[in-house]
Parts: sequence; C-alpha cells; structure tokens
Amino acid sequence: MIHLEPRGQPPFWLSPVLTVTAVVIALVVGAIVLALVGGDPVRSYLHIVDAAFGDIGVVSDTMVKATPLILTGLACALAFRMRLWNIGAEGQFLLGAWGASFVVLGLGLPEATPAIVLIPAMMLAGALAGALWGSIPGILRARLGVNEIITTLMLNYIALAWVQFWVFGPWSEGGFQQTATFPREAWLPRLTDFGKDIPFFSGLTTHLGLVFALIASAILWVVVARTRWGYEMRLIGDNAAAARYAGIDIRRYIVVVFVVSGALAGLAGMSEVAGSVHRLQDRISPGYGFTAIIIAYLAHLGPWRVVLASILFGALILAGREIQPSGVPAMIQGIILFCLIVADVFTRYRVVAGRPAATAA
Amino acid sequence: MIDLSLILAAGVASGTVLLFAAVGEIFAERAGVLNLGVEGMMLMGAVAGFSVAASTGNPWVGLTIAMVAGGALSLIHAVVTIHLRADQVISGLALTFLGSGVARVLGDGLSNAGAIQTLPRLTVPLLSQIPVLGPVLFRDQSILTYVGFLLVPVAWYWIDRTRPGLNLRAVGERPSAADAQGVDVVRVRYAYVVVGGLLAGLAGATITLAISPGWFGDQTVAGRGWIAVGLVIFAQWSPIRAAIGAYLFGAIFRFILDLQGVRSILGVDNPFQAGRSATFFLEMLPYAFVVLVVVIGSREALRRRVGAPAALGIPYVRGERGA
Repeated sequence: MIHLEPRGQPPFWLSPVLTVTAVVIALVVGAIVLALVGGDPVRSYLHIVDAAFGDIGVVSDTMVKATPLILTGLACALAFRMRLWNIGAEGQFLLGAWGASFVVLGLGLPEATPAIVLIPAMMLAGALAGALWGSIPGILRARLGVNEIITTLMLNYIALAWVQFWVFGPWSEGGFQQTATFPREAWLPRLTDFGKDIPFFSGLTTHLGLVFALIASAILWVVVARTRWGYEMRLIGDNAAAARYAGIDIRRYIVVVFVVSGALAGLAGMSEVAGSVHRLQDRISPGYGFTAIIIAYLAHLGPWRVVLASILFGALILAGREIQPSGVPAMIQGIILFCLIVADVFTRYRVVAGRPAATAA
Repeated sequence: MIDLSLILAAGVASGTVLLFAAVGEIFAERAGVLNLGVEGMMLMGAVAGFSVAASTGNPWVGLTIAMVAGGALSLIHAVVTIHLRADQVISGLALTFLGSGVARVLGDGLSNAGAIQTLPRLTVPLLSQIPVLGPVLFRDQSILTYVGFLLVPVAWYWIDRTRPGLNLRAVGERPSAADAQGVDVVRVRYAYVVVGGLLAGLAGATITLAISPGWFGDQTVAGRGWIAVGLVIFAQWSPIRAAIGAYLFGAIFRFILDLQGVRSILGVDNPFQAGRSATFFLEMLPYAFVVLVVVIGSREALRRRVGAPAALGIPYVRGERGA
C-alpha cells in the first residue's frame, strides 16, 4: 500500500530539481504524443531550439515574445499569491492594447505629438484600461462574493469582441482586421534603432517593454517580499481566517490586487502594440494571458522566476508558430502544467510504502 | 414571416449542449470535486465524435468515442486531485489547456472533412401536437435533445431521492461523516468526476454530431464549457435550475445567430448582421449574461445561506481536519 505523507520543511534543492524534472518529463510526454499523432518530435524540438535560440537575432525575437509574458505572468502571480484566480489577464491585456491604441487613434492628438508625451500617455491609458477591466471581477468578488474565475473568463471573451469591434469597424484600415500602423512617435525604442551607433544592435527587435517588465518584476519582488502591504497580502493568501482576526480589510486587498494585476496585464498590452506590432489587430495575443497562468505556476509565483519561465515559454510561442499541427504548443503547455502539478505534490508530500501510521494527523 | 416556434426549438437544441455539460459538472461538484476542465473535455468530445463519425460513417460510434474521450480526460483530473491532492483549480485549468491542445492536434485537417452523417432527428407522435410547446420541444429535434429532457428529472431524482445520491451529497458536504458511515469517499469522487467527463464529452459531441456539424478548432465550443461552469453557480447545484439556465442560454445563442443572418428588421437596416462591426456587441451578449446570472446566483446564495457543497475543492484525507 502506497500513500502520501506530508513533509515538514522540504530540503531547499527539492523544489527546483522537481520543477526541472517536471518540464523534462513534460517534453518527453509531448514528444510521445506528437509521435503518436504522426509528427516528428525530434525535428519539432530541434526546430524550437534553433528558431528560438539559434542566433542573436532570434534570441532577440524570443525576448520580444517573453516581454508580454513577463508582465502578464506577474499579473497572475500577484493575484494567485492571494489565492485570487485571475484567469482574465488575456482580457486585461487586450483592454490595455486597446487603451494605448485609443491614445494614438482616438484622441485626435496633433500629427507630430512627440514620443515623450505620447509614450507615457499610452502607458497610462493601457495600464488604466487593464486596471478597470481587472477591477470588475475584483469588486464583484469583494462585495458580492462572486466567483472570480467565471467573471474573469467571461470578461476575456467580451474584451476580445470589444477589440474586434474597433479593428473591424471604426479603426479598420481598408477593410482589413487591423488599424493603420502607428506613427513612429508611438513606437517604443528598439535595439535596432541604435544600430547606427552600435552595429551589433542593428536588426534586433527587443524593445523598451522588456525594461518595463524587468522593472515591474523588481518592484513586485520588493513590495511582496519586503513591505507590510506585501506581508499582509501573503497572510491573506496563506490563512484568510488569521488575517481577518488580525483586522486586515480583506475586501480592500482583493480589489487592490485585482486592479494592480489588471494594470500589469494592461501594460503588457500597451508594450505589445507600441513595441512590437505597432498597430492594433485582431489576434493581437496568441494567448499570452493564458500562458501567463502556467508561467506563474512554473515560477512558484516568484517575480524573478517569472522572468525565466517567460523566456522558456516565449521560445515555445515563437518557434511554435511554424509547427504543424497548430495545437502542439497548447498541448505541450497543458502537459507541462500537469507535470508541474504532480511535481508540486511531491514537494509537499513524501511517498511512503506501507500502511499509514496510526498516529497520523 | 419568421416562425417563432422554429427559433425556440433551435434554442432548445442548442441549450442541450449546455445542459449536458452543466449537469455533468453538477455531479462532480456535488461530490466535492471542482472540475474547470469542462471546456477542454467538450473540445475532446467534439473532435473525437466528429472525426470518428467522419471516418466510420457511423455517428453512434462517434458519440460513444466522444464520451470515452471526455471520461478519459476527466480521469486525469480525478487522479491528480483525489489521489495526489493537488489544487483542483489549477488542475482543471491544466485540463482545459491539455484538452484544447490535443483536440486541435487531432482535429488538424478535419475542417475539410465535409459533411458527416448526423444523429437521427425525430418528431414525437402525440406530444408534438400540444399547442405552443409541442412544436418547440417535440418536433424534428435531434435524439440527443430528448436524452436531455430525460436527463434532468433522472439527475434530480438520483441526487435528491436515492441512496447513492445521498452518499454523493454526503461526500460533497461532509466526507468525514460519509467515511464514518462506510461510504468509500475516494471511489464516489472518482465515479462522479468521470460521470462529469462522460457528460462533457457528450456535450461536445452534441455540437459536432447534431447541432452544428463541423470542426472549427477552439471555436467549435467557443467558451460554452466555461458558460456551463458558470451555469452551475447560477443553478445552485440543482439539475432543474441548470436546465432552465441552459435552455435560456441556448435561446440566446440561437437568437444571436439568427439576428446575424437578418439583413433588415421591419424595413430598418440591421446593424448587427454578420460582417458589420456592431455584430461584435451581439457576440458579447452571452458572456455578459453569464456574469449577470452568476452575480444573481451569488447574491441568492448569500441571502439564503445556501451555496456550494461544503467540501468543494478540499481533498479528503482520512483523519485530517478540514472537511
């Protein structure tokens, strides 16, 4: 008879070792499934590695994909830390992309508004729109106890239809499902923009959004790990009853965490339209907000680990675009998540053979 | 002139999809296991049913395989959450990722599969003659619609009036008490999670083998699995209320589809027709409506002090406190 027994404090190396093992096992399982459905797993994986890390140019492209993942991953990690299931980073990302586009296309700003005005305005609008979208499930959960999983998910679909309305309708360029390309003043600076002075940078598309993402990781790390606010938030996540006895206003934390989470995802949307796509379009996100859930989990909600996990998944998304059939990256993501869940179980419990001890509990 | 009873009949048919998925989720949740993988299980059922029906030419084989596919996927969730005590929320999300990924891999190329043999439709002799209701409920409906009609009272009776149903509820409310009474908590939970998976697979197959045959990737299910999860909250975990919600949403989905196909209403140009940008506001409607009904359901739960099964989401370990 095999059963699980809770561990006390697991050794420090256990969690990272199990996490890496889980990812490796997931890739092997993914390869087996791929082979079963008639694909060529070895070629697919070599292709992923080559297309994501093969040379400095594609490494830069991987970073471009990692940027929105870091910001949405942080959004999820923050909410999950309080055991708030914000599954709505996708919708908040879309609203953020829309908000930033609205500054460029909808405000009627003069033709040559300088970047120094335009970029901060877009950042603000993107973060605000995301925060607004995040506040809806936050307020509903805090005031009425409405399940946030359902509301955030439904708001994703509504956000997608909202963006589609604008890119098919008022902002459509020549009937296509996209807006006109933004003026150069609305573009975030990229490495290639400095190619004239530093030839090494020419052709590299990594943009300022990556810096936003790294700064956000740093801020979040300090706030969550080192401030009273972060301490109280973690307390609510670990033991809501204890937090309530301690006099912490849980409902306020719920709303604030949802607003900040939404703002981070909204900033990701802004960074994507201003830094990479340079226009708003249908299918602006290949599911960043959903991948962010896995990233947050893979990172055990740690801001710096979110950065690492985002690079891994950025590579998967970048290279996965060319892999047929198109469902392979989503399938591998699902398998990775399951393997991580099982790894997490073995971090918390040890497997013991024999009958459970009579004095259990 | 548009025949209203035809529109309502189509609404009932489309609501059957949500009905199967929601009742399946009610079974799992009443046993204390939240399964957020409904969307993934439905996609698996949809693709399995369609591809098997296309290759064998027999929709009944497709239907069977679809249910097996949904059940098999739910078994992963059962092992991970019941035996390994993993978080039910994250496991359910993983199930949706996995299901939609695998379904898209399996469905590669299926969009050109062409027409398939769908499940038979039939008109019930006497009942279809009832004024008003007859043509809506009993005329030229898919056989699965009638299965849905039967499922609701059966599920209600099973949960509320039978011994196994009592055990089911006990396991979801107080597993330790059920355990003390000699109920095998683990076995009951496994059984109902798989029942939920079978029904979600059936829901997916209802789309591709009866309501709107074809494979359109993720868009085949288009969030209806999540809507079913929302409906369970609105339904307060009762199959009868779930049926009301499912048919209501079925009618809404149908209404949207019909309105998108209309060029003008009473001589006025229809801004919501397909191809116009305003049509996207129409597409928001069901999702906005889910938020509304979940808010209503939650308020009611607060006021009447009823709500989710007490042990929902909590793994059961004999001898441990917490449930």
